[in-house]
Amino acid sequence: MAVRLAKPWIPLTEAQVTKLAGHLGVYQLADASGDIVYIGVAGGRSLHGLKGELTHALQAPPAGATQFRCEINMAYRTRYVELLQAYRHDYGRLPAGNTDIDERHLGRLRLG
Amino acid sequence: MDLALSEEQKMIVAVVRQFVREEIVPLEDHLDPDADELPQDDYDRLVQKVKDMGLYGLDTPPAYGGPDIDLITRCLIAIECSQHRAGLYAPCYYVFGGARQAQLFEATETQKEKYLYPMLRGEKKVFFGLSEPSGGSDPARAIQTRAVRDGDDWVLNGTKLWISGADRADYGLVFARTGDSGRSGVTCFIVETEWPGFNVRRIVHTLRSAKYATEIQLEDLRVPHENILGQVGGGFAIANDRLSRQRIPYAAECLGVAVKAHEMAIEYSKIRETFGATLSSRQGIQWMLVDNEIDIRTARWLVLDAAAKAERGEPFRTESALAKLVAAEASGRVVDRSMQIHGGLGVAKDLPLERWYREIRIRRIGEGPSEVQKHVVARDILGAGLR
Repeated sequence: MAVRLAKPWIPLTEAQVTKLAGHLGVYQLADASGDIVYIGVAGGRSLHGLKGELTHALQAPPAGATQFRCEINMAYRTRYVELLQAYRHDYGRLPAGNTDIDERHLGRLRLG
Repeated sequence: MDLALSEEQKMIVAVVRQFVREEIVPLEDHLDPDADELPQDDYDRLVQKVKDMGLYGLDTPPAYGGPDIDLITRCLIAIECSQHRAGLYAPCYYVFGGARQAQLFEATETQKEKYLYPMLRGEKKVFFGLSEPSGGSDPARAIQTRAVRDGDDWVLNGTKLWISGADRADYGLVFARTGDSGRSGVTCFIVETEWPGFNVRRIVHTLRSAKYATEIQLEDLRVPHENILGQVGGGFAIANDRLSRQRIPYAAECLGVAVKAHEMAIEYSKIRETFGATLSSRQGIQWMLVDNEIDIRTARWLVLDAAAKAERGEPFRTESALAKLVAAEASGRVVDRSMQIHGGLGVAKDLPLERWYREIRIRRIGEGPSEVQKHVVARDILGAGLR
C-alpha cells in the first residue's frame, strides 16, 4: 500500500456522498485546485462510518473543501496517522483544516 | 513451590486493579475503540496519581529513582494493567511509566547523561531497532544492516522492520553488523533520529491498533564511535538479554487480557438466555469456561515460576520461553472462546474482545514466535549441540 492516497478526487456533493457506505476508514478533503485541506478518519465510534463523516463534511466543509477521496481501512487509526505524517513531510505543516491535532504527539515520517 | 501472594503483593494488586477499573476503563467509553493514547490532561493526571501510589517507572532500578519492586510483583501488576481495551499493547496508556530500554543502564556515564536520564525524566523517547526484513528471531544471523568504521565514526546502511515508536522517538538502539556473520559480528549503536540518513519510510499496518510498527531505512547514517553501547561485537548479548527478560512481563500482559476476557464470558453466560435457559447452564459453554480456566491457571503458573527464577538470579531462559509460549497461545484460545460465548456481540467493536482477538494473535509472533520458544526449550533440553 502506498503511503500517500492517490485516488482521483470526487466532488463533495450530496449525490456523491450518498453513494458511500458506512465502512470505517480514512478520507481527505481538498479545495477546488486539489490541495488537501483536511485529513479525517471514520473510526469505531462513528455512527455511519465514512458516509456519516463525509455527510458532516458536506454540511460544514472545513477550510473550503469541495472535493474528497476515501479509503476503506480497518486499520484506520494507523493509516490516519500515516497520512497526516506524510502530508507534514511533504508540506512542513498539517492541512489547514486539521486544527484539532496536537503535533507534539504526531510522529515523523522521513521518506528520504 | 509456593506461589501464594504476600500481604504486600495482595495490596498492590488490589490497588492497581481498582485503578484500572475506576480510572482507565471509564475513559475508554469516550475514546475510539482502537485508541492508543489518552487526552493529555487525563494522561498527566493519571501519571501523577501513579506517582502518588509509588508505582511510577516500574522497570527503573531503585538506584535511578524507580520503585523497589521485584519481578514477580511487576508481573502481577502487568496482569492487572492489561485488563482493559487497549491494555495488551498500551497497558494503562503508559501512565505507569511506559517501556524502558534497560540496556541503557549499562551505558557509559556520558551516554547516560545524554540519553538515559532524559528518557527517565520523560523528556526523550527511545526505540529498539533489531528486526529486519530478513528476520528478528535470530539476530546473530539475520542482521544485514552494516556498519563500517570511517575515522571517528561508523557509517550505517540497511533497513529495519517492525520497529515500534521510531517515528516518535528521539533516539534508538540500532543493531548492525560490524564483523563476521556470527554472534560476535553484531554491535549496538545509539542513533539519534534527527541525524541525516535516518529515515522512517512508512507505518506498517497490522492487526495491532496500538504501538504501531514502522520501517526504517538507514542511508549513510554517520554515528560517532562513542555512541556504541557496550563493546564492538557485543550487540548480540545486549539483544539476547533483552529478548529473554522481556518475555516474562510480555507473557504476563497476555495473561491479563485472558483473565478479563474469561471474566466477561462468565458474567455474560450467566445472563444470556437461549431456548429458555442461561448459557451457563449448557454443558458446551461450561466446558469452554473450564478450558479457559485451565489455560489461565497453566499460563499463570509458568509466568510466575519464570519470574521467581529470574528474581532468584537462577538461569531462566527455558522458563521465560515456556511462559511466553504458553501464555501467548493459551490467551489466544481464551479470547477466542470468550468471543464465541458472546456471539455477535463478541465480534463488534462495542466490546474489547474484538480488539483483543486481533492483537493477541500477534503475541504468538512478537518477541519470538512460538516455534522459536520451542527451539529455545529444545536446545536447553537436548544440549548445545542442537543449532
